[in-house]
Amino acid sequence: MKPEEKQAKQKKKMIRDWLFLGIIIVIVVVLLFVFPAKTDAVASTVQEYFIEMMIILPAVMVIMGLFAVFISDETIVKHLGKTSGIKGIALALLIGTLPTGPLYIAFPMAATLLKKGARVSNIIVFLSAWACIKIPQEMVEFQFLGIEFMALRLILTIIFVIIMGISIEKIITRNDKKISKSKGV
Amino acid sequence: MNVTAVIINGIAVIGILIAFIKNKEKAIESLKMAGKSFIKMLPMVFIIIIAIGLLLGFVPPEQISRFVGDQSGAGGILLVGIVGAIMHIPALLSFPLAASILESGASVTAVAAFITTLTMIGMITLPLEIKILGKKMALLRNGISFVIAILIAFIMGMIL
Repeated sequence: MKPEEKQAKQKKKMIRDWLFLGIIIVIVVVLLFVFPAKTDAVASTVQEYFIEMMIILPAVMVIMGLFAVFISDETIVKHLGKTSGIKGIALALLIGTLPTGPLYIAFPMAATLLKKGARVSNIIVFLSAWACIKIPQEMVEFQFLGIEFMALRLILTIIFVIIMGISIEKIITRNDKKISKSKGV
Repeated sequence: MNVTAVIINGIAVIGILIAFIKNKEKAIESLKMAGKSFIKMLPMVFIIIIAIGLLLGFVPPEQISRFVGDQSGAGGILLVGIVGAIMHIPALLSFPLAASILESGASVTAVAAFITTLTMIGMITLPLEIKILGKKMALLRNGISFVIAILIAFIMGMIL
């Protein structure tokens, strides 16, 4: 995607989001007009969650911005391309958790790594860690759902993501062997 | 102000200081980027907060717990998981939403299923993932992720 195209698309999405917010506000006003007794409950919840979000979101955004600028895509590709085994999986996990932006920017990185010969298991672990174990996400989860919930989900996710990475690698490499056999290579 | 917020803001401030010492231009660039993403996220933040307000204000806890509470059963969990897989909201905003339904009677299993499928699976980004990484890998990753998300949710429900 060209930068101009991307910008135009993002602008469109922004307008859509604000429009959607406007519609929601209208609905809320009408609803509260019909059920005025609910106003206090809704207002206090909105206020409480608003404060809780605003005391952490700017900081989270700053941390993500710092990592996105200071750790380049090339650094990630360089470090992930050459290691394998347990060390490779651990590194894939660790790099995936760095707060560096949305999942779709990790796809091209993963594709480059695969072309360079990185193991499928590492790439799956890397993508999954990138998607669901980002450090700022964990901090926000801790804030809203508590340490027990966050820690348990984190540990389980790491275990299952590693199992998934190894299984997908087995499935893909077995299939590839079958294909090359049937072609008579 | 609670402890988590203090820690997160502390890390951010220290990060900014280190960044400015190391490379001033890059530091300014990251702050600009942070500002932009914050503004980009803002309407969604308001939408989610209002949705939480309406949910807690209008839907009685008994209704919430009937659908996604302890007695909702495996079907309810699967449904929550599917909703999480389809919904496209920033992961950061799923946590307050999850906390609000947990507060009003949803089970730990349901909430864990929702967050885990929401973050792990991207229905919206799936076409892009297929295009860049191939059909087999993308479908396997998203498919197996759904299964493990449900597993994680049930294990969490059993422990917590």
